[in-house]
Amino acid sequence: MLTRRIIPCLDILDGRVVKGKRFRNLVDVGDPIDLAARYSAEGADELVLLDISATLDGRKPFFETVSRVAQKVAIPLTIGGGIKTLDDILELLRRGADKVTLNTVLTQDPWLLGKATDRVGSQALVAAVDVQRANGSWNVHVRSGTQDAQLDAIEWVKTVVRRGAGEILVTSIDRDGTKSGYDVKLLKRISEEVHVPVVASGGAGNERQILEALKDGNADAVLAASIFHFNEISIKNLKLYLQNEGIPVRL
Amino acid sequence: MIGIVDYEAGNISSVSNALTTIGSEFVVSADPSVLLRCAGVILPGVGAAPGAMAALKRRGLIEFLSHSTQPVLGICLGMQLLFQSSEEGSTTCLGVFPGSVKKFDDSKQKVPHMGWNEVHCTGNTMLMNGTREKEYYYFAHSYFAEPDAVTVATSSQNTLFAAVVARDNYFGVQFHPEKSGDAGLAILHNFDILCKSFRQ
Repeated sequence: MLTRRIIPCLDILDGRVVKGKRFRNLVDVGDPIDLAARYSAEGADELVLLDISATLDGRKPFFETVSRVAQKVAIPLTIGGGIKTLDDILELLRRGADKVTLNTVLTQDPWLLGKATDRVGSQALVAAVDVQRANGSWNVHVRSGTQDAQLDAIEWVKTVVRRGAGEILVTSIDRDGTKSGYDVKLLKRISEEVHVPVVASGGAGNERQILEALKDGNADAVLAASIFHFNEISIKNLKLYLQNEGIPVRL
Repeated sequence: MIGIVDYEAGNISSVSNALTTIGSEFVVSADPSVLLRCAGVILPGVGAAPGAMAALKRRGLIEFLSHSTQPVLGICLGMQLLFQSSEEGSTTCLGVFPGSVKKFDDSKQKVPHMGWNEVHCTGNTMLMNGTREKEYYYFAHSYFAEPDAVTVATSSQNTLFAAVVARDNYFGVQFHPEKSGDAGLAILHNFDILCKSFRQ
């Protein structure tokens, strides 16, 4: 049976792993290579590395960091931040990324996903959707959450899947770094609407909340940062807990 | 020495990183004369079948790959290309194995099939020597080969599909051994060993 994935997320700023709250108040966590190796050894199913300032600074993705991490760990790597062109995508995959996450660029270039699907396949293309609740609906934000894209999250997810995205990474800006739990209702809605894997992100504070995202939110994978960075929950113990609750995990 | 076929189908560095980790010697090349001198060849694969076959054709690799006498290991799309054809863009493939590669039905399961899934060995092959009868490997694909005579291990996500295929000197894995942690590296190590013994 296909297992549910536990994915530590490394937000990277100027070559260091950082973590914030609601996308702000960033603190230094450590070196990306060291953390990637640690999480791989502890049983992480995949790693996500996001260059959180590349788009805002107008920089290219952090190709060199990707190469260094890929040399160190033999588990899947998903890379995001600052990706603008098909060439960026190809270069990241060449350097050892398995998937790329596209966010802001999807609102700027409607043809990129189609072009990339023909070249690298949907399985390598993740649409990252940063969502904030507003008056009973869910709005998409871009540019590291700094700009309201004026798009309804549910409609937007359907659009990007139609264009070729093979996975959706749903981040709740409201919950990010708050440890108040994932936005389970949002996850459930999105899982009902699309037939590609959905990754939950934003708000993980304890094991129970992770179980809820998988069970009630029907997410295929959960992404978390703070709880792993600050040693609040070990990946091994989390997986044992989930297995006990009937969730298939890789142990 | 293992030859990794370089044909713009991504992921060359993931395979070479993995071979470096396990201490296997390798060369990355698109030149049939270079690959011919290797003890075995890995055909990696990320991408789509039509583009991959066109890239192999441009490099003059079709004949070499479809009539190789050395061990050949196809990974993911590289495995699918060993079959006769693929539904992906109605592509004619290398034809080493009979049968065609089909697309998963997204009304029955999520597509792509993405993540770590259990693989069950159903036959014997040196490639899987010493691996657990039931082990987890990392998959990321939307197309699959139905289990048939060349299948030696299967996996399933509502649909049962071939996870490992082997016949004579040809091997294929639908998952990514280069991304499946220690369990995956063990398979690449087996391939390295079988390449060396094949030559003697």
